[in-house]
Amino acid sequence: MTFELLLVLAAGLFCTGLFGALSQQSIVMIMMGIELMIGGIIAAAAVFWHFLAPARGSGQVVIVAAVVAMAVEMAMGFAVTTALYRARQVDMTDMAEDLKG
Amino acid sequence: MGTTAMTLLAGLGVLALVSGVLVFTLNSMARVTFSLLAALVCVGGVTAVLGLPYLGVVIVLMMVMEMVIMAVFMIAYMMNPAGLMPMSMLHNKRGALAVSGVVFAALVAGILLAPWPDRTGARPKDTTFQVGMALMGEQMLTMVTLGFVLLATMVGATVLATRRGRYDRLGDDLDRRPADDPVRGGVGR
Amino acid sequence: MSEAGEWWTPLAAPGLLLVLAVLATTGNAVLDARSAGRPVTLATAVRPLLGVPRVLAAQPRRLPTPDVLLWRAGAVTVPVAAVLSTLVIPVGSHAAADLSVGVVWFNAMEVLTWAGLWLAGWGPDSVFSLIGGYRFLALGLAYELPLMFALISTATGAQSLRVNDIADAQHGLWYAVWMPVAFVVYLAGVLAFSFLGPFAYPAGRDLAGGVLAEASGVDRLLLQAGRWLWLASGAAMAVPLFLGGGAGPGLPGWVWSLVKTLLVLGLLVWVMRRVPVARADRYVEFAWVVLIPLTIAQTLVPALVVLAR
Repeated sequence: MTFELLLVLAAGLFCTGLFGALSQQSIVMIMMGIELMIGGIIAAAAVFWHFLAPARGSGQVVIVAAVVAMAVEMAMGFAVTTALYRARQVDMTDMAEDLKG
Repeated sequence: MGTTAMTLLAGLGVLALVSGVLVFTLNSMARVTFSLLAALVCVGGVTAVLGLPYLGVVIVLMMVMEMVIMAVFMIAYMMNPAGLMPMSMLHNKRGALAVSGVVFAALVAGILLAPWPDRTGARPKDTTFQVGMALMGEQMLTMVTLGFVLLATMVGATVLATRRGRYDRLGDDLDRRPADDPVRGGVGR
Repeated sequence: MSEAGEWWTPLAAPGLLLVLAVLATTGNAVLDARSAGRPVTLATAVRPLLGVPRVLAAQPRRLPTPDVLLWRAGAVTVPVAAVLSTLVIPVGSHAAADLSVGVVWFNAMEVLTWAGLWLAGWGPDSVFSLIGGYRFLALGLAYELPLMFALISTATGAQSLRVNDIADAQHGLWYAVWMPVAFVVYLAGVLAFSFLGPFAYPAGRDLAGGVLAEASGVDRLLLQAGRWLWLASGAAMAVPLFLGGGAGPGLPGWVWSLVKTLLVLGLLVWVMRRVPVARADRYVEFAWVVLIPLTIAQTLVPALVVLAR
């Protein structure tokens, strides 16, 4: 049962983050939502590694990849926000709607 | 797993969920950032308790640095960083709630209904060694790809975020010495 | 020869750390008195300790809109992280918790100071404090990566992240001898994460005390104690990482550990009084352009030595 409960924890984190990413207007807050979603993925990967295949290292590699994804997401997110803000003092997605392609 | 580990997992899990929800309910940007930090540190703790001490501690280390930097940007870009004037910064709240609720229900149903396989193999004695061998052995290609992604991120983020290039610093013929910097650095370039 | 700690070691480590920190402060006060030409007596040595009851008895400062929760959290984090970092530091070969990832643990606890100091700057809702917090982040971005590479050099040399293994791997030839760049960068990092001496920039006098500007009472005591606890903890960690741990002729291991720790602590206090404060905007360029390439090259040395062995 621990296995399922821990996966529910991961799903809860993922969906809380999803709600934030969908509902927030500020770019920085959207990034926080995405961070929380990746946090859920990390928890799930650790759970899968521990309960299903602890003898293989691949589960741990998923965690490493998720952590890297987090770092990349944050660096690029802030770079884009900075560029956008510098160009037109905008930090909300609704004000940058003309970038929609 | 022993009782201590189970108690730790339960505590960390509840704390992670509570602070995860607080991220989107608090007003003060500083509190928001640090509740996200609390949630992610708890994820690191869960990882460590599940037998991955290296990755767990690295997650804690990285998240602290990342969230503190995030707090700086957060306060730079938000109009109401201290939450002294509470206001709603949401759009399409109902739709977002519905989507994330449906996704959560689907995930939980999948978790409970899926025929999970039994555990195969035993845990190695040193899990840090395992991840090192995996990254430098069979998953070498993943590691190389991640390295290139990080390099591209560093270059791309710097290019996007800097306003002044070398022609602004050194003039059109790159021969202005000393360079025209708003603030001089420490090595006298 | 890594041994599990006795039941009392988790209590002994903070106590020992506190004693070392008090020694460092009193030593600093004595040097202060000497350079000011005052007579050095027992009273000069205990003078900084008299500040403790004075700070506790003083009227706490009230501010219009502080974020008390975050402020407290920040002030508590700094000394608590310093104490937690000592869990993995062996005295002789006994550590309170000899984690298999001890070096990473130490680094993670040290990074917690970032969060603690930024929160301590944010909490009072005061300009000078907030600038102090930001200054520490700027400094952190400068000192952290060279420090990490210095730690990685030692772990690479010993092929282990366990602090006891690193101390044992040095058999006679200290890492300080053949990894001098890493050693110096590590010591600079210790001064930086205890924000003392050349790295006192976040609490600078030009900022009316920076992160300490508005702190009063227990908060101030915790932050000030945190600085000296970190200095002591960093000095204690230098011994297993670079100075062979408890290895030495004649005396038992724990005596050698303490003697070496005291020497490193004395060196740090002396250096910290000799070097002027470095501005973060200057140090950050120096760190990224000079120190990071140097420390990466330094990490290459033990990697090649281990390969050739």
